[in-house]
Amino acid sequence: MLTTLAHSLPPGMLLIVGAILVPALPGMLRGAWMLALPLVGLGQVLLLDNGTYLTFSAFDLQLAALHVDRLARLFGIIFHIAAIISVIYTLHERDPVQQVSGLIYAGAAIAAVFAGDLLTLFVFWEMTAIASVFLILARRTPEATRAAMRYLLIQISSGVILLAGVIVLAHEGRGIAFGTFDINDFAGALILVAFGIKAAFPLLHNWLQDAYPQATVGGTVFLSSFTTKLAIYALARGYAGTEQLIWIGTLMTAFPIFYAVIENDLRRVLAYSLNNQLGFMVCGIGIGTEMAINGAAAHAFSHILYKALLFMSMGAVLHRVGTVLGSELGGLYKSMPWTTGFCIVGAASISAFPLFSGFISKALIIEQAAEQGYVVVWLVLLFASAGVFHHSGIKIPYFAFFAHDSGKRCKEAPLNMLIAMAIAAAFCIGIGVFPGVLYDLLPYPVDFEPYTVGHVVGQLQLLLFSALAFAVLMRTGIYPPELRSTNLDFDWVYRRLLPRLAGAAYRGIATASAAARDWALGLTRALYDYIVSHHGPEGVLARTWPTGSMVMWAVVLLTACLVFFYAR
Amino acid sequence: MSGHGHKIPPGETPRWLDERRNVDKIYYGLIVLCVGSVAADLFYEKHGHYQIEHLIGAYGIYGFLACVGLVLAAKELRKLIMRDENYYDDDADDGC
Repeated sequence: MLTTLAHSLPPGMLLIVGAILVPALPGMLRGAWMLALPLVGLGQVLLLDNGTYLTFSAFDLQLAALHVDRLARLFGIIFHIAAIISVIYTLHERDPVQQVSGLIYAGAAIAAVFAGDLLTLFVFWEMTAIASVFLILARRTPEATRAAMRYLLIQISSGVILLAGVIVLAHEGRGIAFGTFDINDFAGALILVAFGIKAAFPLLHNWLQDAYPQATVGGTVFLSSFTTKLAIYALARGYAGTEQLIWIGTLMTAFPIFYAVIENDLRRVLAYSLNNQLGFMVCGIGIGTEMAINGAAAHAFSHILYKALLFMSMGAVLHRVGTVLGSELGGLYKSMPWTTGFCIVGAASISAFPLFSGFISKALIIEQAAEQGYVVVWLVLLFASAGVFHHSGIKIPYFAFFAHDSGKRCKEAPLNMLIAMAIAAAFCIGIGVFPGVLYDLLPYPVDFEPYTVGHVVGQLQLLLFSALAFAVLMRTGIYPPELRSTNLDFDWVYRRLLPRLAGAAYRGIATASAAARDWALGLTRALYDYIVSHHGPEGVLARTWPTGSMVMWAVVLLTACLVFFYAR
Repeated sequence: MSGHGHKIPPGETPRWLDERRNVDKIYYGLIVLCVGSVAADLFYEKHGHYQIEHLIGAYGIYGFLACVGLVLAAKELRKLIMRDENYYDDDADDGC
């Protein structure tokens, strides 16, 4: 009975519809309701059997609102867990805008995961964009509002490009099932761009670092979980084994870490490292072997938890201190010992310390890169692993909680925030210690032992020596200090270069049009003068000639005739 | 972790980490751990995919060089891309 019920509604719809009731509920009841929705939703996902359900046809197109397989189930589970953690983290908030949009956003992402066709995917794809923008707008500052508008523009564009791909597929009569696509045909390329925008491919990435640090304390935690990982899921389903993705992913792991080292806003540092972590997943999808896809999926799972944990700890700092600028913080471990501890768990997980979640998921991808013979990729991934420890593992906790004591004293984070962080931290450690639990959920059977002496010692060496590098650079004063600054990234192109080019083009056109007008006016004036000089009151052709001169000219002509007459 | 630049409010007892020599202890402890991790390489048989992995302390050397390179490169990057904190503040005028 329950199982039938579970298959009668696309997962996620519960959160979307339930969110509408939220503003009407008072106090404690509202919190309980918001928590109950993703909990029941999680139960629903666990009851689902593999297969395609809720199919119907519209305009000759076959639609399927519920498609279940192992990959979809894995993302469905982790999205629900992320929703539960995010809701707990924001329980102290009374702002209904954030509560409603957060739930609809999570619900839309979950529903998109279970979409069996591209039209259903498109609908929920755009719904995530529209719902999530309110999490940025809810910050209610002019900067956030402008960032939100840029974010919305880019996110909606992704959906429009997806729709264009769907239309091409439908027009060519190939059906719109959410299957696998070929990057070499037009529709496949369009859909890849749509996915790539949300997955923050290089040069398409900047909405992430622009918008996430501008969102509310809780909004960023919601945002960090869904949009980009929905894109990773979509790529894993549609483009597994597409070789170009290996190189895109490798580039993604490397370039954001340079920015992360010099960025001062610690939530933006996390946004850069989020981008870097997505690179590992994209790389795994590109490699495309069963183990590499397992690696990408497992890494998405553990990434959602440790990234949310890191964003939660920085959110707690922002909530209590009012800033997350590295240059303003330091010594907060004295005021927020629990938050410090949870942050360190998140840092250890993203850095892939043995016994933490990142270790058992990232190893699958790096191992596959080595095994498939991608030497350069393997070296870059190792470099990025050392780098991510450097800026997320050390820099974040160090500058926020240790470093120079800023003298700032505050209260520990609210209880609900601590509980949410504790749950995420427990998952990070649990997955690290018992990797089999996560491995059993992966799309393909796992034949991999993360805890071999070689893996553990190698990884410890990499991390310990990275830490040593940080310590040496810090003590010698070579490490760049945290500075209040803006670092130019690709968004400069559309925030400065294009507006300037447009301005210059406008001025050029204005100058040219003025010149053309002057020339045309001059020409008209000359023509006018010419006409006036001939036909005007004083003009040769308009002059009234005296009768005498007429007679004289008549005589001259007649005389001429006479002369010709005789001359013959 | 370093001792200078601290602004401890008056009347507050300094913590263990506030003392310079304790920070030094952590630093030397880290060096000991690093040496230990390299020494561990001597005691097991390596099964890497590439020859380079079989070098003693290969991962440690790579990690250290990667991080120093990363930070030095990022410092250079700063010269190129760092602008004033309020660089984008006149965005409002452009409407974006």
